[in-house]
Amino acid sequence: MAAIEQIAMNPQADEASSAPVIAVRDVRKSFGSQSVLNGVSLAVSRGETLAVLGRSGTGKSVLLRLIIGFDTPDSGWVRIHGQNLVGMSLDKLGEVRLKMGFLFQHAALYDSLTVEQNVGFPLQHQRKTMSAAEQRDRVRKLLAEVGMDGHLDKMPADISGGMQKRVGLARALALEPDILLLDEPTAGLDPISSAEIDELILKLQSEHHMASIVVTHDLHSAKTIADRLILLNEGTVVIEGSFRQLQQSDDAFVMEFLKHS
Amino acid sequence: MSERVSSLATGIVAKPPEREAALDSSTLAPSKSLLTEFLEWFGELAIFSWRVARAAVTPPYEFRELFRQLDEIGSKSLPLVALAGAAIGVVLSLESRQSLTRFGAKSLLPAALVFSIIHEIGPIITALVVSGRVGAGIGAELASMKVTEQIDAIEASAVNPYRLLAATRILACTLMLPLLTLAADLCGLLMGWVALASVEPLSFHQFINSGFSGSGFSDFLPPTLKTAVFGLIIGLISCFQGMRTRGGAAGVGRAATSSVVLSSLFVILADVVLVKLIIILFP
Repeated sequence: MAAIEQIAMNPQADEASSAPVIAVRDVRKSFGSQSVLNGVSLAVSRGETLAVLGRSGTGKSVLLRLIIGFDTPDSGWVRIHGQNLVGMSLDKLGEVRLKMGFLFQHAALYDSLTVEQNVGFPLQHQRKTMSAAEQRDRVRKLLAEVGMDGHLDKMPADISGGMQKRVGLARALALEPDILLLDEPTAGLDPISSAEIDELILKLQSEHHMASIVVTHDLHSAKTIADRLILLNEGTVVIEGSFRQLQQSDDAFVMEFLKHS
Repeated sequence: MSERVSSLATGIVAKPPEREAALDSSTLAPSKSLLTEFLEWFGELAIFSWRVARAAVTPPYEFRELFRQLDEIGSKSLPLVALAGAAIGVVLSLESRQSLTRFGAKSLLPAALVFSIIHEIGPIITALVVSGRVGAGIGAELASMKVTEQIDAIEASAVNPYRLLAATRILACTLMLPLLTLAADLCGLLMGWVALASVEPLSFHQFINSGFSGSGFSDFLPPTLKTAVFGLIIGLISCFQGMRTRGGAAGVGRAATSSVVLSSLFVILADVVLVKLIIILFP
């Protein structure tokens, strides 16, 4: 939390090289009368993976949506590379999102496009100077990286949930982002597929050195892939630290969460 | 709100429990709320239109998607529109012949056919057929993309969905409606003549000469071009209803239905205004 405090005192501080790539300060978000986030702060640096844990409906995915700019916080701010997303135009947000990759909970592959076309979509729209052959090579390299190079012409409906997540991951990496946001990467997968996805995320992390936030309720997965964890309850951060610190906590909610995970 | 407007349009008003409770306590409050929702819907539509317009005129332009939509909306609607136009031509020819013969005005039949098909029947039938086929298609497709987070995925790839999805579809509808109307008019006139020629000797040349005598340029161009407005309405309403969908499969169904109902309703309402305008501007 020290980095966050530093940014709060000096807004220009996050431009320094040691500053966090993602900084969220005291964000609050309500939908109608339902308050979802009640002042959440976090910071993630390059090469670091933060897992956001919590029960269903505690605002984990909403937090991720605020960080990529799909939603706007009612108060507080979200800075990506020092740029505040709050109040930013759609085109300007687009420029910031070029540096971000997002894996959706259900992969969100374009169902009218093949696996190859799905991964090629960001390149087709954002790398117009790349030739078709270069784009094809890049797509195939990405799909090989996630072990899906044998399924180029398949439609999303014809592959399993785990495979869809892999393709979604390849698509998220297409623009070589330095931020990776993962929404429940192992949700709905069998234990073996979950472990494979975890291994894949670890491998990609070590190769690409991105700042990552993983939203999950899978404690085992969080323990495997994250450097640091935060636990949300009723829209606030209950605890932040390593998995060991989480285990050593005497907070009733933390103990309850660990007991049932 | 969309459900509310479509319910009003179809006459089916579903009352949620909280609404029923409100009706019991006060008769004024629900009508206020309905008005608020109605105004909110128009407000959201205005914001959506502004975003689409701004995205449409600023680069990068999505020509590839536009051409795909021109094919999807234009070429693939052509058989249906041509068939509807042809059927209307035959029916109108048979019905009008009987009525005009009764009043001793049978010689006016070609002119009556040409005038009614080109002025009103062709444009409105085309718009309603396209509203059914394309409106439902766009509404369901975009709604399905919305509920499965595919539109969010487009945004996450730093692509403006208003530009890629909405502007291209709205522009394709606007451009294709006049061309489809011409096709419907042509098929209607051709089959109208066939129906007429099957009961009395009349060459196509005579039919055309007689039908178009005394007609000017202004008789045909404005009614055909007004269908561009119909296309704009169909595209705009369908994209709006699709992209604001919530609620899974049920939401997709509601979006498809409300796209058709609302775009058909607004096409008919716009027709009233446009006909009046055409009469004033091209007397």
